[in-house]
Amino acid sequence: MLRFTLNRLAQSIVVILVVFSLTFFMIRLAPGDPFASPKAMPPDVRKVLVERYGLDKPLAVQYFTTMGSYLKGDLLPSMSYQGMWNSKIIKDAFPISLIIGLSALGVALGLGLPAGIIAAVRKNTWLDYGPMSLALIGICLPTFVMGPILIAIFGLKWRLFNVAGWFEKTDWVLPAVTMGLIYAAYIARMTRGGMLEVLNQDYIRTARAKGVPGWRVVLVHALRGGLLPVVAFLGPALAGITTGSFIIEKIFNLPGLGQHFVSSVFNRDYSLILATVVLYAVLLVAVNFLTDLLVAWINPKVRLS
Amino acid sequence: MLATAGLTGCGADPINAREGAREKIFLINNKAEPRFLDLQRCNSVTEHHIMLSLYQGLVSENRDSDKDVEPGMAEKWEANADKSVWTFHLQKNAKWSDGTPFTAHDFVWSYRRMLRKELGAQYAEMLYLLKNGLPLYEGKVKEEELGARALDDATLELTLVGPTPHFPLIACHTSWWPVPRHVIEKHGGIYDVMNPWTDEDKLVGNGPFKLKRYLFRQYLQVERNPHYWDAANVKLDGVRFYSIDDDAVEERLFRRGQLHATYSTPLSRIPDYLKNHPDIVSNYTNCASWYFRVNTTRPALSDVRVRRALAFALDRKSIIDNVLRARQQPAAGMVPPMAGYTQVKEFSFDLPQAKRLLAEAGFPEGKGFPKFNILISKNEASRQIAEAVQAMWRQNLGISVGVTQQDFSVYLTSQQKLDYDICWAGWNADYFDPATFIDMWMTDGGNNETGWSNKDFDQLLADAKQCADAQERLAILTKAEGILMRDSPVLPLYFGTRTRLIHPAVKHWPQRLLDNPVWYHLDLVYPPPASSMDAELNRN
Repeated sequence: MLRFTLNRLAQSIVVILVVFSLTFFMIRLAPGDPFASPKAMPPDVRKVLVERYGLDKPLAVQYFTTMGSYLKGDLLPSMSYQGMWNSKIIKDAFPISLIIGLSALGVALGLGLPAGIIAAVRKNTWLDYGPMSLALIGICLPTFVMGPILIAIFGLKWRLFNVAGWFEKTDWVLPAVTMGLIYAAYIARMTRGGMLEVLNQDYIRTARAKGVPGWRVVLVHALRGGLLPVVAFLGPALAGITTGSFIIEKIFNLPGLGQHFVSSVFNRDYSLILATVVLYAVLLVAVNFLTDLLVAWINPKVRLS
Repeated sequence: MLATAGLTGCGADPINAREGAREKIFLINNKAEPRFLDLQRCNSVTEHHIMLSLYQGLVSENRDSDKDVEPGMAEKWEANADKSVWTFHLQKNAKWSDGTPFTAHDFVWSYRRMLRKELGAQYAEMLYLLKNGLPLYEGKVKEEELGARALDDATLELTLVGPTPHFPLIACHTSWWPVPRHVIEKHGGIYDVMNPWTDEDKLVGNGPFKLKRYLFRQYLQVERNPHYWDAANVKLDGVRFYSIDDDAVEERLFRRGQLHATYSTPLSRIPDYLKNHPDIVSNYTNCASWYFRVNTTRPALSDVRVRRALAFALDRKSIIDNVLRARQQPAAGMVPPMAGYTQVKEFSFDLPQAKRLLAEAGFPEGKGFPKFNILISKNEASRQIAEAVQAMWRQNLGISVGVTQQDFSVYLTSQQKLDYDICWAGWNADYFDPATFIDMWMTDGGNNETGWSNKDFDQLLADAKQCADAQERLAILTKAEGILMRDSPVLPLYFGTRTRLIHPAVKHWPQRLLDNPVWYHLDLVYPPPASSMDAELNRN
């Protein structure tokens, strides 16, 4: 097990290193620059900025100094928001995306699982067609349509929630529901599929034949196997859900991390792009690493292969 | 723990416009996150609007008139006969927001700081107007030789490079405002961008308000500054600046009663607001010129007849009536209407003229004209305008034109490198004077970006800078604009308007050309008066 763990750990580090390097060099190849402004910058001023952020040094030198800083845990200052540390930007924004993401996950599981289970159990009845049609609509309806619809009803018409911003204790609700509904739709369809497959297995028939109550067959015997596709989907999705969605954060004007992924690229903020991408990579790799360990712990065959 | 970390925004401060009116906290969307809070590094309109609450210069823009100023940190001022030496007498009770006495030495120190390359201040060139300003920037003279001197604690003498009759209007610009030496030196290096002196618990200013809270990408809030020299006449107790860049989002916030003023209005909603809610919408000319830059180094476009043909083939009224719909003015020249200035009216929609010029240039009916692209940034209004113009040039002149969209930062870089054919652009006045729209086109000027150069034009700009007579100076500038329009490296389209949604509780919103809110004059009334949108705005 130790060897397996170390092996996986080494792989994870290599992945992060590759992501770091690719991001570092690719963003430099893109046209544009972090100090562009509508009023042309006098060459002297530009020179000061370029020197301040070390952009005048050879790229290889910049690469290794940046890596040195990252190894020391220093994510460097942002180039667009001058005077602001990337670590502070991420520290402020990440918790917000995390709250929204975990709430959305709650909404997704709370709606998706029951809908999927019921649809599978009551296959080809209106309890199947109804929720599954809704789920299909949910998958097709993008968040930038769903969000404004929810805002129009619950924010502007009924005035139950703020339409945007991060001020009150209830401000997570609409964004989390918007994001959660889409995932709920996926989860419902995956649960239904997984459950249907399991419900046809012999051991389920055996359980029924033994006289196990119907609800127990479904929730205890079938569900464990039926959930596998959902679990497989959620592992990697977790990193994406908790680091925020650009569209959701834009519609609801949330100060989360999702916007930085996109706006830092628009701004060509080299250092912030690197910081956000590396953070995402670390999270993704960590989640996968833990999943791998979990699977290996459950299933010794994986450890040996 | 997570919940408290994320929700630091909640608290006693009001978040809806009705409560805000009662508490006298003005809620405004300011469009973008400030990139700097260091006054001398600021370079955008949105930063400027925040700085107007935190700092004050020698003089302020007049609250009622665009062409005049009113006392700021200086209670009175006078100039010598040729208007090249100005003496300012500071307010008697001038203090920084931490209670430290404010003196003329603060101005002198600030100007010296601004004129150091290490600071990297984009607007440092504004201070080249001071005698020895440029030489100091280039490190050729000592700081003491700069044309800014404190005669005593309350008197500042500014010696300029030449006669400048309109200097008070220029001095309204942020580059001429003071920064707190005692605070900057206390917290770190004078020129260090990471000096934390602008943090929420450290920043000190001299304006009507002081920084209360800054939550990055949520809002920036300022509160009353009791040490402001005219604190008794400040009506608001605070201002909260949001940084929402999406106009659909800010409109929803407004309709939910969470804002007193939006930054703009979604293009498609403007006609409806103008028609059905004229009391809510504030639509006014804002001293901005919108135009196409032409890369004069490209084939065909290097021919002045071609450029003029393109300009004459623009149906400006049609674009305003059908695309923009916010009462913009068609632009026949570069400079928007300004009192005392005679505008150049070069271009109208004149198809026969356009066709004739194009034929003379060797492209009758557009035959053989090389294909070129209009460069725009990724922005809905720009796209609609570019597509309208694309259709106009194709139908009117038989020229085939493409449209290229680039990320804003790339779009700016392409212009600087002259890597475009024709490019959509706009310019806001830095200060209220026609020179702000004309100076930029001088040979090799940083904002010229067209490759165009004309010796006569450059000479006229130099003459204008040396002219002590205000009237004569404006006449010279008109001549310069005439040359610019005749050569047409720039194809003017329209003069901009601002369309903001303003809550009925707001009093004294300035419908001013420079569009700068006068924070010490603005007020909120409670309960808000009735309006055509009460059903939405006054419910909570």
